[in-house]
Amino acid sequence: MTDAPVVSVRDLRVYYGTLRGTVRAVDRVSLDIGAGEVLGLVGESGCGKSTLGRGILGLLPEGAVSDGEVLYDGRNLVTMSDRELRRLRGPDLGLIFQEPMTRLNPLMRIEEHFAETLKQHESNLDNREIRRRSLETLGRMGIPPTRFRQYPHEFSGGMRQRIMIALALVLRPKLLIADEPTTSLDVIVEAQILSILADLRDNFGTALLLITHNLGIVAEACDRVAVMYAGQIVEEGAARQVFSEPAHPYTRELLRSTISLDTTELHSIPGAPPSLIDPPSGCRFHPRCPEAMQVCAVREPIEQGLDGGRRVLCWLHGPDTEVPEAGWAQLERQEIAVAEEA
Amino acid sequence: MAVPAQADSARVPSHRRLGRLRRTLAPISDARGMTRTMLWLGAGITLAFVLIALFAPVIAPYEFDTFRANGQRFPQLEAPSSDHLMGTNVQSTDVLSRIIWGTQTELKVVLVSLFFSILIGVPLGLFSGYFGGKLDRVLVLLMDALLVFPFLLLAIVIAFLLADKVGQGILTAAIAITVVYIPLYFRVVRNHTISIREEPFVEAARALGARPLTVIRKYVFFNVVQNVPPLATLNAADAILTLAALGFLGYGIQPTDGAEWGYDVNRAVSDAASGIWWTGLFPGLAIVLLVVGLTLLGEGLSETINPVLRKRAKVDVDLGPASEHKADVE
Amino acid sequence: MAVLDTVKDDVLVSVRGLKTYYSVRGSFGQRLVGREAGHVKAVDDVSFDLYRGEVLGLVGESGSGKTTLGRTLLGLVPATEGSVTFEGEEITHKSERDLRAIRRRMQIVFQDPHASLNPAMTIEQSVGHPLTIHRIARGREYRQRVAEALETVGLAPPDQFLEKYPSDLSGGQKQRAVIARAIILNPLLLVADEPVSMLDMSVRAKILELMLNLKHEFGFTYLYITHDLATAKFFCDRIAILYLGRIVEIGPSAAIYEDPKHPYTKALLRAIPEPDPLRSVPRDLPRGEIPDAAHPPLGCSFHPRCPAAFEVCGWEGRDLRDVLELRWTHMAEEEYEAERSTIGDMGSLDTPSTSFRVAAGDGRGGSDVLALLETVRNEARDEPFWKGVRNLTAADGHVEVELFDPLVPRLLPLGSAQVECHLYDHEALSEALRRRAEGRAEMATGGQSPPVESS
Repeated sequence: MTDAPVVSVRDLRVYYGTLRGTVRAVDRVSLDIGAGEVLGLVGESGCGKSTLGRGILGLLPEGAVSDGEVLYDGRNLVTMSDRELRRLRGPDLGLIFQEPMTRLNPLMRIEEHFAETLKQHESNLDNREIRRRSLETLGRMGIPPTRFRQYPHEFSGGMRQRIMIALALVLRPKLLIADEPTTSLDVIVEAQILSILADLRDNFGTALLLITHNLGIVAEACDRVAVMYAGQIVEEGAARQVFSEPAHPYTRELLRSTISLDTTELHSIPGAPPSLIDPPSGCRFHPRCPEAMQVCAVREPIEQGLDGGRRVLCWLHGPDTEVPEAGWAQLERQEIAVAEEA
Repeated sequence: MAVPAQADSARVPSHRRLGRLRRTLAPISDARGMTRTMLWLGAGITLAFVLIALFAPVIAPYEFDTFRANGQRFPQLEAPSSDHLMGTNVQSTDVLSRIIWGTQTELKVVLVSLFFSILIGVPLGLFSGYFGGKLDRVLVLLMDALLVFPFLLLAIVIAFLLADKVGQGILTAAIAITVVYIPLYFRVVRNHTISIREEPFVEAARALGARPLTVIRKYVFFNVVQNVPPLATLNAADAILTLAALGFLGYGIQPTDGAEWGYDVNRAVSDAASGIWWTGLFPGLAIVLLVVGLTLLGEGLSETINPVLRKRAKVDVDLGPASEHKADVE
Repeated sequence: MAVLDTVKDDVLVSVRGLKTYYSVRGSFGQRLVGREAGHVKAVDDVSFDLYRGEVLGLVGESGSGKTTLGRTLLGLVPATEGSVTFEGEEITHKSERDLRAIRRRMQIVFQDPHASLNPAMTIEQSVGHPLTIHRIARGREYRQRVAEALETVGLAPPDQFLEKYPSDLSGGQKQRAVIARAIILNPLLLVADEPVSMLDMSVRAKILELMLNLKHEFGFTYLYITHDLATAKFFCDRIAILYLGRIVEIGPSAAIYEDPKHPYTKALLRAIPEPDPLRSVPRDLPRGEIPDAAHPPLGCSFHPRCPAAFEVCGWEGRDLRDVLELRWTHMAEEEYEAERSTIGDMGSLDTPSTSFRVAAGDGRGGSDVLALLETVRNEARDEPFWKGVRNLTAADGHVEVELFDPLVPRLLPLGSAQVECHLYDHEALSEALRRRAEGRAEMATGGQSPPVESS
């Protein structure tokens, strides 16, 4: 990827305080999203992927603190004021959520939604132009112009999600973050929307960060994928490569536990995802890792670059110089107490 | 009918039952900030009044209608002095004593009426919400009609009607207030029951073969009843005002039955013109203070129990040292 | 895949002609009087047998009626019509009281583990509640059976879980508790309604494995309700595909997955996301979404989305609207405006009728509309809708549209499976040929009747 990335995240941390301790929801995450590319961010519930998605846009939960860099257009979003961030959200950075109905005003027609959005961010457009752009964007999403003046409740769930996507895209943002956009939708509708999202680069040139727990979606619709575990990115690379030759044991285990039409045998990962307040020492996956070594329990792994632009956070890939002699020995994993099973 | 279903809860030893209590009260100890202030302040004030009421015989210098001592009549409308810390009123009774005894009256009436309001309103709400149908429709119509009436007006009407049959007094006032607040509990409990009724775990109970009564008792009741305490405290605050208003208008407690702040305020109106402030100020302050205390407690409880309003504790977050492998990423 | 070790004749549950309709809330006036306005046919004439020891999957998307069907089977929702027999006993119109005894033998595991357990009861109380309700065990025996159930589902050691509340457990642990509660009475039938869809991937396998083990150990019969064909394939012996309240295909797993017949089944299989690096998003998906169950399409409910629909599938005004809207969605605004103005009010297209009018816009005549429709047809010859058109006649200020009458599809045997689709129904196919010939004959004799217009 030779073009400069649209967004560059460097060592982002998002922590927030609870009565039980500090939750390290995003703990030193770095990634780049290139122009027009689709990056899938995949992980199970509680791994911090939603917080990361919102953290990039500066939408933090109450009482949360962030640190690090999110470079967009030469500026660091982490240190930007709320007012400046608000100006970027919409025309530059878009976000779509899981539940589209809660984001659409039931008392406003679709036409009015678009008019409001466009007028707010591009005040120099006249009504004709607003209508033209709205209808065009809606058309790309498969919403017919005859329904332009209807109310949100007159549309089905899948169509409302398309309207949400259209509303985000009509401003031609450079980056769109989609947080579990199809989780509450049926399988066929999900596939329809995914094909729309996968075409974003061709139709709009928008970069897309697709956050999901579903590996199948990522494999089909994404160029690159980042796997997240316990607040950290454990592996990142081209989707094709990561899925055919996963470098990190967690990725491998996750793929094996995914039940697809080809599954002949059930496989699961013993234990449960760790608490973000008090994660395990060293590598956070080591208590559940079938290939854990002595060093994994003691030292946090150092990120390694692999060929093909891949990154992985795992001692199995070195760097060898940092591992003491005894560190290579197999780790005696305690029997994961049955009571700790998910 | 044998009640085997009680077997399991009766078996739970006392220390475990306390565990459930502790769980229920946990949000209260977790409260922070404004909510915490409200809770403790409100509880403190209310507790103070409760203690006053409980220990009235001990702390009140005189009875509520004492107008003479040692054979000598008390001075009329005397300003606060060492004998009468809050002065005396036109009937030569000690204002301070009347405040203290009045606390007893207020709390007695309000507690009794609240008790009956809850006793009638909550089960009606539960059954109406759970079973629905005609019963529900009729009850809702009736309760809504009652709610439309301004509380005070309704209380007056009832007190008036009852005055002939039962005679004026504590009972009349209590009944009037009871009736006025039943619809409130009914509505809140009914609405919450309806939403709980649709929850999967209630459906699961039905799927297990539980009888409706069991379902209501074990599955719906506990989840719904947590709404009652905040409502009850806010109710009590309102009821105090209503009782005082009834007393002010002359429909409340008979002066011979006991002291009542509203009645005293009524009596004090004419005094004010002559610059006599102590007969009206102190009862008035008492009303305000108790109502404020109850309201603070009620609002505090309401915020504590409602997770949406609960503010996440502002806990300091320590980011710790910067990344140890920042250099490797580039 | 699960092994089918049942006796074919041993039917545990028999469903015949089951219908469950919900009434739809009408206007305020209607509601005041207590009357309803129309109904939703959640389950619309479903028949099948459930054999002892097998796992039958009910697969469908939202609105398919699978959840309602499961609940109707258990008597949690009253059936409107039809019959359900359990172990030979008719249970459809039993009272709640009579059903309670039967509930011991059939249990349900719900979808949302976070909401199926009473937050105010401990795990021991929840899991043991069936024992209490049915007065089966008390005291020590009660505790023993609860502990056993917890161990069976993998919540061990039981002491660690007895006093906990649901909020202390993880999603997977909660679901195990729910399963423990369901099996503690040793039921014959377990209805599992999306038992794993709300759990993480790595946990799903554990719960499915548990359910399989339970089946082998205790011989439960399962009704597995889901929208996920992938887990269904792993778990089920037979699969029934539901669409808008009807079974459109039912048969042994192997038949369904290797040789799906119904266009909807095929679409479902294609749409499942696979973590296969070489796959990309399927492009040839059926258009549109599941229709409103309160106003289902005529004839075959799937026809508005089916790429293979033809003359007999049940055409109506709403389909023409779909065709026009699809065309206009991909058009530039000016062209759209031009075409749209040719047609007047499109309200007449929103009715499920086979003959209707398309009104012309201001200043236009019936022939203009006809010309537009012909253009639309010519530019999309593959559009199945046109096969359903018997006649288009231009008249004064409008066009009369006549469509062929719908044929209701029948569930017919095909190999080891049953399919409800005209594509496999010889009678429907010959009827279609007849209609096609009729259409051609009309064309031969001069086509549509000449436009009649007043000057």
